[in-house]
Amino acid sequence: MKHTVVAWMEDRPGVLSRVSNLFRRRGFNIESLAVGPSETSGISRMTFVVDGDERMVDQAVKQLEKQIDVTRVEDVTDQPVVVRELALIRVRTDTQTRTEIMQIVDVYRAQIVDIALDSLIIQVVGAEERINSLIDLLDHYGIREMVRTGRVAITRGRATLESAQHNGNGNGRKMGI
Amino acid sequence: MEKTGAQIVWETILREGVDTVFGYPGGATLPIYDAMPAYPIRHVLVRHEQAAVHMAEGWARATGKVGVALATSGPGATNLVTGLANAMMDSIPIVAITGQVATHLLGGDAFQETDVTGITLPITKYNYLITDIADLGEALVEAFYIARSGRPGPVLVDICKDVQNSKIDWEYSAELTRPGLVKVLREQPDAVVAAATLINQAQRPLIIAGHGVQMGEAQAELMELAERAEIPVVTTLLGIGVITENHRLALGMGGMHGEAATNHAVQECDVLIAVGMRFDDRITGRLDQFAPKAKVIHFELDPSEVGKNVKPAVTVLGDCKHTLGQLLPNIEPKQHQQWLTTIHEWQDTTGKVDIANQEVDELIPPFVMRQLWYATQGNCTVVTDVGQHQMWEAQYFTHLRPGQLITSGGLGTMGFGVPAAVGAKIGRPDQLVWVMVGDGGFQQTMQELGTIIQENVGVKIGIINNGFLGMVRQWQQFFYEKRYAGTPMISPDYMKLADAYGIPALRVTKNDEVFSAMQQANAHDGPFLIEFRVMEEVNVYPMVAPGAAVGDMIRRPGPAIVQGYSGVQPSW
Repeated sequence: MKHTVVAWMEDRPGVLSRVSNLFRRRGFNIESLAVGPSETSGISRMTFVVDGDERMVDQAVKQLEKQIDVTRVEDVTDQPVVVRELALIRVRTDTQTRTEIMQIVDVYRAQIVDIALDSLIIQVVGAEERINSLIDLLDHYGIREMVRTGRVAITRGRATLESAQHNGNGNGRKMGI
Repeated sequence: MEKTGAQIVWETILREGVDTVFGYPGGATLPIYDAMPAYPIRHVLVRHEQAAVHMAEGWARATGKVGVALATSGPGATNLVTGLANAMMDSIPIVAITGQVATHLLGGDAFQETDVTGITLPITKYNYLITDIADLGEALVEAFYIARSGRPGPVLVDICKDVQNSKIDWEYSAELTRPGLVKVLREQPDAVVAAATLINQAQRPLIIAGHGVQMGEAQAELMELAERAEIPVVTTLLGIGVITENHRLALGMGGMHGEAATNHAVQECDVLIAVGMRFDDRITGRLDQFAPKAKVIHFELDPSEVGKNVKPAVTVLGDCKHTLGQLLPNIEPKQHQQWLTTIHEWQDTTGKVDIANQEVDELIPPFVMRQLWYATQGNCTVVTDVGQHQMWEAQYFTHLRPGQLITSGGLGTMGFGVPAAVGAKIGRPDQLVWVMVGDGGFQQTMQELGTIIQENVGVKIGIINNGFLGMVRQWQQFFYEKRYAGTPMISPDYMKLADAYGIPALRVTKNDEVFSAMQQANAHDGPFLIEFRVMEEVNVYPMVAPGAAVGDMIRRPGPAIVQGYSGVQPSW
């Protein structure tokens, strides 16, 4: 089963290689990984998708939590979350197919961000399934180039995944690493 | 006060309670070495950097402090790798300090430059590359904290040469600021009560105690649990000594070379209380057939070890001294006479089968291990290398105290023994320290005889020379139809070798010479070497074949003559 996990970590040199090395070494199946700044300065927020059984996901979370640079890890799979991914797709066009493609882009609430004589660049934001289905359609016209960001996630409503640090939020017994 | 990077290194080491470092100088650590004489530090010059880490490991295990190893950039640093991996697997607190090329040369493939933080990333608990003197003091203090806190481990600090020379206004401060240095436990509510309930209801309870009990200094709590509820105790290799091995509830080491009765007990118990251990494959054998009748309770400090190999019914997270202390008031005094009687019957029958046969004229290694106990009355620290002799020591030496045995467990590092014993002897100067080592392992790090004489380290070395890489040969005998490819090994004349270093030595070839030779070594003030020329093809029994269930053991063929070695006292 696929799990979406959010991790907060100190923005320090080598932290990404530390995390990716951990995934490689323990044999975790990471489908996507996106990382960028969080609302707290000095803390990066990573969203990754791990595909595996309960034991693998449990291990991925616990091994990450153990890292000194990592301040918090949360498996949000069973929580109400907004999940988004962005894709940029360059598709082949000619005078006959251009209008057709533009209609499809409209239906998918995607955007055309660049037009050339023989191609278009389409930007689409949404859940993975929606992007996959658009890609399937565009494939018919010939996709020349594509880039995807990987999944990012944030909880809905009042539930907040704050970048609260481990020694900052009061719940639970604390322990040295 | 204004200090150089090199001064910050030494001052932090001293302030962290360490007065002995193991190292080897080089171009990229010259400033650190240049500053050293101003500080009350004992520097032990090793003959190879691998030995610097092993010595630091032996020293750390002997003293309970953080061991420090010092090496230069490039090859000096890469030589640390085996030792760091060993410390990572066995949770030994180590701070390794390496010199690095100057910051302006970084990344340019300069002379003796290597990506040490990259190389050691998966085999250290954490590592640092210091390019700015402003970061140095804090990183070093953090390194010591990370090495010793929680589940200990190795930390490496790679310091650019120009940083060692540059100056900053600095005072030592133990204050830690980074958020990730303290973790919040995801705890199961009422775990202690749930564990107590299972233990109170158990008919055939069993404890498996590991290295965590030693490091957490929880043997008093463990023994109170065992005695109050009359629960027999199995140990892992690194757990040896947490229960006095002549205690009526002690079952010795379990697993691949555990006594048959002990492994039967694991397979038959109904509640298995695992304390400070990680269900290594050498303990569990085939995982899906491990302790099939048992509900498992796991007392563990490192959350990532829970459910990694064995899924427990109850998990109690935290330092086991603390959690066992919480558990004890909930434990009802109980007796398990029937369960113990059953185990004793197994011991009586299986011990007779698996004990080595002393009625042969040739010298056999198990006999040597047993004689070491008699010659020292158990009053010594034993360090072993890796292989057959290591298992025989675990089986035939009756360990009486925590920390009495220092050995390489998880990584199984040949060459560990001699340098680790040097570190242990420096850490425990008033204690007798013996290292038992095979002819293979000895030849991996025998260059450290030079360190032994230069530092006058009074360690007693016992070489078990069987002319083979014995454990590999045993596997070839069992699983590769005795095709001894690459395992026969010749040795130098160890008497001449010892003589070349000025170390007194004896060669022992007969049973009746063992005891007196050991006594002679013990009486000598200083290092001493004994070569035991033992029978070549002796096997360690019993043995759980790799991939087999732990109750499914290869037993000693033929009739046995000597009595069992646990529960029943050996005749020798």
